[in-house]
Amino acid sequence: MTQHAAILPILIPFAAALLQLAAKGYGVAAQRAIGMASALLGVCAALWLVQLADAGAVLVYALGNWSAPFGIVLAVDRLAAAMALLTALLSSAALLYASAGFDERGRHFHPLFQLQIFGLQGAFLTGDLFNLFVFFEVMLLASYALLAHGGGMARTRAGLAYVALNLAGSALFLIALGMLYGSLGTLNLADVALRLQAPGIDIALARLACVLLIAVFALKAALLPLSFWLPHAYAAAGAPVAALFVIMTKVGIVSILRVQAIALSPAAATTTDLLDGWLVPLALATIVFAALGALAAPRLRDLAAWLVLGSAGTLLVAPAFAQSTVTAAALYYLLQSTLVAATLFLLAEPIAERRGAFADAFKSGPVFHAPWLALAFLLAAASAAGLPPFAGFLGKLMLLSALRDSGSAVEIWSVLLISGLLVMMALARGGSRLFWARKPDMPPTAAPAVGWQRATAILLLVSPAILLALFARPVADYAARAAAQLHDPQAYIAAVLGAERANIAREARP
Amino acid sequence: MEALLSSAIGILTACGVFLILRARTFSLVLGLTLLSYAVNLFLFASGRLQMGVPPLIRNGAAYTDPLPQALVLTAIVIGFGMTAYLVMLALRALAESGNDHVDVKEKL
Repeated sequence: MTQHAAILPILIPFAAALLQLAAKGYGVAAQRAIGMASALLGVCAALWLVQLADAGAVLVYALGNWSAPFGIVLAVDRLAAAMALLTALLSSAALLYASAGFDERGRHFHPLFQLQIFGLQGAFLTGDLFNLFVFFEVMLLASYALLAHGGGMARTRAGLAYVALNLAGSALFLIALGMLYGSLGTLNLADVALRLQAPGIDIALARLACVLLIAVFALKAALLPLSFWLPHAYAAAGAPVAALFVIMTKVGIVSILRVQAIALSPAAATTTDLLDGWLVPLALATIVFAALGALAAPRLRDLAAWLVLGSAGTLLVAPAFAQSTVTAAALYYLLQSTLVAATLFLLAEPIAERRGAFADAFKSGPVFHAPWLALAFLLAAASAAGLPPFAGFLGKLMLLSALRDSGSAVEIWSVLLISGLLVMMALARGGSRLFWARKPDMPPTAAPAVGWQRATAILLLVSPAILLALFARPVADYAARAAAQLHDPQAYIAAVLGAERANIAREARP
Repeated sequence: MEALLSSAIGILTACGVFLILRARTFSLVLGLTLLSYAVNLFLFASGRLQMGVPPLIRNGAAYTDPLPQALVLTAIVIGFGMTAYLVMLALRALAESGNDHVDVKEKL
């Protein structure tokens, strides 16, 4: 059983999606039950995977028992296991939230949601670049339909742009893969790393392929010139869908980290310098752009979307340095920023219900009494702004101190701190408008109760702001071990390709 | 053969990009379709071009790389599904706004 652990987080949501389609005739309650069972099993499987991966070895699962590099493998290291756990936790909370009634606003919500988890988990766990493309497409196809869930012109408008852009991105991904296969003769990540060091390859073509690949990941991660789609798409999506989407930018970031650490870095002199000089300035520009966008955001969900963009920019600083200390800090930052941004998306809906026509716009509205919502918003906002003693502060502190000795510390520090201030101002202004600036003469709006599902989901997502700070030491230690493992590509290559990797027979290509 | 294939890929890509940059959903769909055709041909070429050779390894006989063919097949299936969804979305945008502008402007 242990050797099949790596595929469980992928199989569980896939099986659940099929079961939910079969159980459609039994009503939405049956689909919800299957979905929650799948979410719980998924969390258990991901926890198990984290425990197995933390033993130190890379778990390799050869699909169909075809050994690498000829077959497709799943390769689970500590980073992949941690991302699987984060996906499982986030999707469970979002699903619980959606079960309060959002899932009945359109058709096929539950199977699509499970397929989206299927794609996300696959993208994190796979060790093959073409398989990564396939899981990207599974994830995107489900996300296209989920984005449109609930209807309305804003969603159609955002969806059209999102779909068109991602289809163009997929075409670019395939071109990159074709060039990589044409120049290296392999698409297995470990084998790509090995082949990049081998003599006799067309290094110019391989470099171009790697840059294209990184450009595609940057589109998913929303690096600045490719990030204009994000705020519209995320702000238009329904609350639980937007919460799940928060992790989609992280797929791009983790892919860049992984490709950089495993394939590009060790192949000295040919591909190490691919990210130099351009990634840090663009990432910093993304942070500034996101901070300005957050200041200008008219509604809470827009603000949350800009915060997602800001955290993506912050995380994209890390791959350029290829140091395990920086990567470890980035991993901690990734965990907390994902959960906090998702919380803000989920909070926007019950707040909007209580303000009637004003919804979640930052305008003085009717009086409402919801101390728990206000407290949850305060916790999430303080963590997002990076105020002590919350996890957001620790994440930013770790990142800043890890970057202190890097060559561009001055630029990174000033941009991160100033943008942090801007984000804090935006959140403070937004929160005081939402909760304090009230018009007493306006009649209060009759709002549906928050309900236990939505309350539990918000609690699940907001509690890490405190828990990740309380248990920062074990989490940061795990992140440090994951980063050290990520930056030791030889172990990864040995685990995937086996001891005979030098003797793999290769045909001569014309 | 090389000249024919590479110029076909180039012309398809150029037409695809031109159509994508138009602000109408119909030309957007056509442009993305042309782009995916170009990409599929490009993937084929990544296994080197050979005429009249099967993708099977037999004793001593010439063969062509079977992997790009599998990749192209996967890419075609995925691209087909995506295009179908995009067409449905474009139709919905047309029904909601009454025109086929990609920014889905409000009805006047």
